[in-house]
Amino acid sequence: MVALRVDTHVFGRAGRCPTFGNGKGGQVCADRVRGNESGTVRHSADAGGGRDPVTGEAGAAPVRVTLRQEHHRLTVVLAGEWALERATPRFNRLVDDRPRDGEVHAVCFETAGLGAWDSSLLTFLLQGIDYCEAHDLEFNEEGLPVDVARLLTLARAVPEQDLAGEEGRISPVARLGRTGLSAYRGFLASVTFAGEVVDSSARLLRRRARFRWRDFWVVVQSNSSGALPIVTLIAFLVGVIIAFLGAVLLRRFGAGYYVSFLVGYGMLREMGALMTGIIMAGRTGAAFAAELGSMKITEEIDALRTLGISPIDHLVLPRMLGLFAMMPLLTIYAAFVGIFGGMIVAVALLDLSPTQFVGGLLTAVTLSDGLLGLFKGTVFGLIVGLAGCMKGMQTGSDAGAVGRAATSAVVLGITLIIAANAVVDWLAALMEV
Amino acid sequence: MAAPRPERVAGEAPPVEVRNLTMAYDSFVVMEGLSFQVWRGEIFVIMGGSGSGKSTLLKTLIGLEKPAHGQILFDGEDFGAADGKARKRMLRRMGVLYQNGALWSGLTLAENVALPIEEFTSLDEESIADVVSLKLALVGLRGFESFYPATLSGGMRKRAALARALALDPEVLFFDEPSSGLDPVSASRLDDLILQLRASFGTTIVVVSHDLASIDKIADRALFLDIKRKTMTALGSPDDLRENPPSEEVRRFLHRSCEGVP
Repeated sequence: MVALRVDTHVFGRAGRCPTFGNGKGGQVCADRVRGNESGTVRHSADAGGGRDPVTGEAGAAPVRVTLRQEHHRLTVVLAGEWALERATPRFNRLVDDRPRDGEVHAVCFETAGLGAWDSSLLTFLLQGIDYCEAHDLEFNEEGLPVDVARLLTLARAVPEQDLAGEEGRISPVARLGRTGLSAYRGFLASVTFAGEVVDSSARLLRRRARFRWRDFWVVVQSNSSGALPIVTLIAFLVGVIIAFLGAVLLRRFGAGYYVSFLVGYGMLREMGALMTGIIMAGRTGAAFAAELGSMKITEEIDALRTLGISPIDHLVLPRMLGLFAMMPLLTIYAAFVGIFGGMIVAVALLDLSPTQFVGGLLTAVTLSDGLLGLFKGTVFGLIVGLAGCMKGMQTGSDAGAVGRAATSAVVLGITLIIAANAVVDWLAALMEV
Repeated sequence: MAAPRPERVAGEAPPVEVRNLTMAYDSFVVMEGLSFQVWRGEIFVIMGGSGSGKSTLLKTLIGLEKPAHGQILFDGEDFGAADGKARKRMLRRMGVLYQNGALWSGLTLAENVALPIEEFTSLDEESIADVVSLKLALVGLRGFESFYPATLSGGMRKRAALARALALDPEVLFFDEPSSGLDPVSASRLDDLILQLRASFGTTIVVVSHDLASIDKIADRALFLDIKRKTMTALGSPDDLRENPPSEEVRRFLHRSCEGVP
C-alpha cells in the first residue's frame, strides 16, 4: 500500500515539450516521469534548465508545485519564483490530473522553497479556494506566508454595497418584452423630440425665441464651401455611372440618343437629392450628433437647461435651419454636376455632341422634375438634421456614447432618407408629377 | 470664520426647502424621505459616500431630474409645479457650478459669462461687457475674456464657470463637488471664494462635497446621505456631528475612518 504519494510539476519555460492539457493558462509543460521510491509516487513535470521564457535569462528558479497526499490531506508544496510573465499552473488541472489515491478532505500548503512571487501566485491560490469551495474541501491557509494570506482575505472580502440593479438571468420572454418596451420608449422620445423642434420653430416664427445666428452661419458655411468637393465628386461619378448603364443598354436597341433622358431624369428626380442626402447624413448628421453628444457629456447642455435656456432653441434649431437652407442648393448643384458627368460619357462613348445631349435632355425633363428633386432635398435635409441632433441629445454618459450617437445618427439618417424617397416617389406617381 | 452663523428667519420662507423627497431611476430608489430647509445666507453641505446620491440630489434640486415623489420649494414656491415663465424666473435666481465647469467650449470666457446676461436682460453690448469683466475679475480672471475654456487649467476653468454662475447675481448658488480635480491650493482658494461670496453678497450656498477639509472650512450645516439606509441620517454643523455622531456611518465619514467596515 502506498502511504505517501508525491507529484511534482515544474513550470515556467516555454519550448520543446508538448503543451499539457489544452494549453489554456499559458504554456504549461509537463513530461510525466513516474518513479517509485520507497513507497512514493513522484508525478513530476520538468522542462530542464532555469531559463526565463521572456528574457531568456538563466538563473530564476522555475515554478515548482509538488502535491503530496497523506491520508485525507493534500499538501501543495510551492517553490520557485512566481512571476506573471512566466507560465503558471492552474490549480484545478493539477489536482484533477494527479493520480488518485483515496479521498481528500483538506488542502494545505508548504512554502519553504518559495522565492519571489506576484499576482500569479495569488491567482493560483484563488483558483484553489474556488476549487475547494466547489468540491467541499477545507482550504487551510496556515502554511502560506502572512502577506499572501492577507491579500487573499482582501481579495475575498464581500463588497460592502449590493450591486444596484443586478438581476439573475432573465427569460427570453422577459427580454423580448424589455426590448419591445425600450423600442417603444425610443419611438416616443423621437416623437417628443420632433414635437419640441416644431414647437421651438413656432416660437422662433413668433419671435419668442432667441436665435443663435452664429451657429447658423457656421452650419451654413460647413454645408456650402465645406461640402462642395465631396458632393461634386460623388454627383459627378453617379452621373457617369447612370450614363454608362444607359449607354450599354440603350445602344443595343440603337437608342443611344436617349441616354440624356436617363441622365436627366435620374439626376434631377432621384440621384441628385438621394446622394446629397446620404453624403450629408454621413458628414453633417454625424457631426451634429458628435457635437451635441460631447456637449451633453461635459454637462454643457445641463448648464443651458439650468439657466432656463432651451437647448432646442439654442443648439438644435440653428443647426437644423442651417442644413435646411443649404440642402436644396446642394441638391440642384449635385444634379447639374451629375448631368455634366453623364454628358461627358455620352459624348465620349456614343458620339453625341453636347448640343444633341442637352437638346435631348430638355425635351425629356420638365420643371416639375427639378422641383421634385428640390422638394426631396429639402425633406432629406430636415431628416438628416433631425436624426443627427436627436441622437446627439440622447447621448449616454460613457466614453463610447458619442461614437455610438454619431453612428446611429448616420444609420437612422440614411434609412429614413431612403424610406422617405420611396414615399415621395409613390406620391409623385399617384399625382402624376 | 468670525461671521455669525445664519439662522432661520422667523416668518420667512426658506430659500430652499425640500419636503419628503424620493429620488429614483425607474424602480430603483436612490434616496427617500429627504426633508430639510436651507436658511438664507447659509452654506449648506450635502455630504455622503460615493454613489450615495449626492449628485442626483443636486440635479433634482436644480430641476435636471424629476423627483419620484415629494416637493422642492424655492422661497416657498413649488419648483416642480412651476411651468414656463414661473420656472424660468426661479431658474434665473439660481446659479450652478458643475463638477467640471461645463463651460460652453465653443464660446470664449467673456461669451460664456455674457450668454445668461443676454438671455435674461436687455442690457446693451457695452454694459454687458462691463458686467462680464467685473464677474471675471471677481474670480481672479481679469484679462482672460478672449480665452477659450480648453486653453485654461482645471482651477481656472472652475473659477470661470463660477463667474458664469454669478452672472445674474443669483440668490442661491449650487456647487457640485467644488474641490474635485483640483490641487489642495486651488481647492482651498475656491473655498475662500465661496466664503467671500457669502460674506459680500449674502448668497445662500448649497454645496455637494465629500472633501472633509473643505466641509470643515465652509459648512454652516451639513446633511449626511446614508447609502445603506437610502435616506438622510444626520443634519447639523460638522463640529456637532463629529462630537455626537448620530450613526456609525456619520462617525466614520467625519473621522475619515474605515474602522469596522465589513
